[in-house]
Amino acid sequence: MNRTRLIQSVTLIVILAIYEGLARSGWFYQGAIPPLGEIARAFVTQFGQPDLYANLWVTAYEVLIGFALAMAAGVLFGVVLGAAPLLGAVVAPFVDSLATTPKIIFLPIAMLLVGTGPPSKVLMAALSAIFPVMIAVAAGMREINPVLIRVGRSFRCTWWQMVTKIYIPSLKAPIISGARLGFGLCIVITLLSEIKISKLGLGFLTIDAYNHYQIPQMYALLLLIFVIAVGMNALITRLSSR
Amino acid sequence: MTKTSRRLAPLYSLGLLVVFGAFIELAVRAGWILPNIVAPPSLVFPAFADLRANDEIVQPFVVTFIHVVIATAAAAALGLPFGYFLARNPTFDKAYRGWLAAAFAAPLVLLYPLFLVFFGRSYFTVVLMSTIVAFVPIAIHARDAFLGVPPVLLNVGKSFNVDKIQRFRLIELPAAVPTIFIGLRLGVIYALVNTIGVEFLIDFGGLGRVVSDLYAFFNIPQMYAEILLILVVSMVLLWSLDALQRWVRPQ
Repeated sequence: MNRTRLIQSVTLIVILAIYEGLARSGWFYQGAIPPLGEIARAFVTQFGQPDLYANLWVTAYEVLIGFALAMAAGVLFGVVLGAAPLLGAVVAPFVDSLATTPKIIFLPIAMLLVGTGPPSKVLMAALSAIFPVMIAVAAGMREINPVLIRVGRSFRCTWWQMVTKIYIPSLKAPIISGARLGFGLCIVITLLSEIKISKLGLGFLTIDAYNHYQIPQMYALLLLIFVIAVGMNALITRLSSR
Repeated sequence: MTKTSRRLAPLYSLGLLVVFGAFIELAVRAGWILPNIVAPPSLVFPAFADLRANDEIVQPFVVTFIHVVIATAAAAALGLPFGYFLARNPTFDKAYRGWLAAAFAAPLVLLYPLFLVFFGRSYFTVVLMSTIVAFVPIAIHARDAFLGVPPVLLNVGKSFNVDKIQRFRLIELPAAVPTIFIGLRLGVIYALVNTIGVEFLIDFGGLGRVVSDLYAFFNIPQMYAEILLILVVSMVLLWSLDALQRWVRPQ
């Protein structure tokens, strides 16, 4: 075993040993910190629950529809803002401040607009992902080689042809980088919205387990959510590096 | 874009805001949108006075602000030495940099039910979560900053026979400051987003808690006013950080 692996293994063992020690110490409320064995059992058991798949599906479609909406709108607005520098400068203060504002505070507005069901989660997912996509595309537009644009114009390309033949192919890298950031945000905001107010989804299952003090199940669900979120990010990173 | 248009852009931004506000007002008055769903400016602006009378502006802002400052300071106190340690110890760097990158991509805010189990609905939960979230970008950028110190500068130091402390104080730190600052800037933004987000989710603390409460009581104009306030706070924070960054590293 090389030194890097040794350091990683020792660190992991120390963290898990501290956790197990705390779990068995009796210093916390009974069940608040379940032993690792219980969490592992709950993690495996949850895959036998039909509830998990139904709720996983709800979260998946909320994330995917929200992401698709954000991509479509983000690329469109990004192209427009990048192509019109004055418009870009005029809306920049609003875009920048909205981009850094915690999106979860818009959940009440989303619920007022479309109710407390999945559409409000889709709206939140779209809202949180649109900004990284739009900002990356607008910045990418400003970096496009002007020669390409002049060539398009000299061929008398229509606006649509300019978008599909010049802008979009030149914007591949910013679109992918915006999509990678946006997708991660989509997952987080969807789950947080489900945790706050929902009757469906993985986020709801997690907070439901917390509310019923089913702590091992809650840990197992959080573990599953982390595996999915980190796995999706790694997958998108790998796809984008091709 | 001409120089004149660039100078006039903030004025156009203000104009756009006024037009947008007027459109919402008109849409509500015409009955196209219900005021219970989208509060018009004529209801939102007086709501600021109600919020002020109920002490729902200054006090929650101070609570959130203090938590963000404490969380960022704690994250910097832990993240900067950790980043330096990784930059100077390649074996540990190799072992931990992948974990840091995974933590940067991981939705750490989703861990909040776990922290609720440990520490309950408390200020400590809010600050600890924000500290963890801010720690990751600060540590990553500190590591990159110290790894990116030009070797020629270190060699100059060697030729002057500087000791370890002098090398750090006179060469490494000044060279690393711009990248460290990018990490701190991200750390502050992450801490703010996380603090308000957790406050909103657990209905406890400062600005985020007020939005949650106002929605629960269906006090829509005041809720919009508080959300506007959070937008302004984010905007001011962003501008201040940009100004500070320009001061640290003039373009």
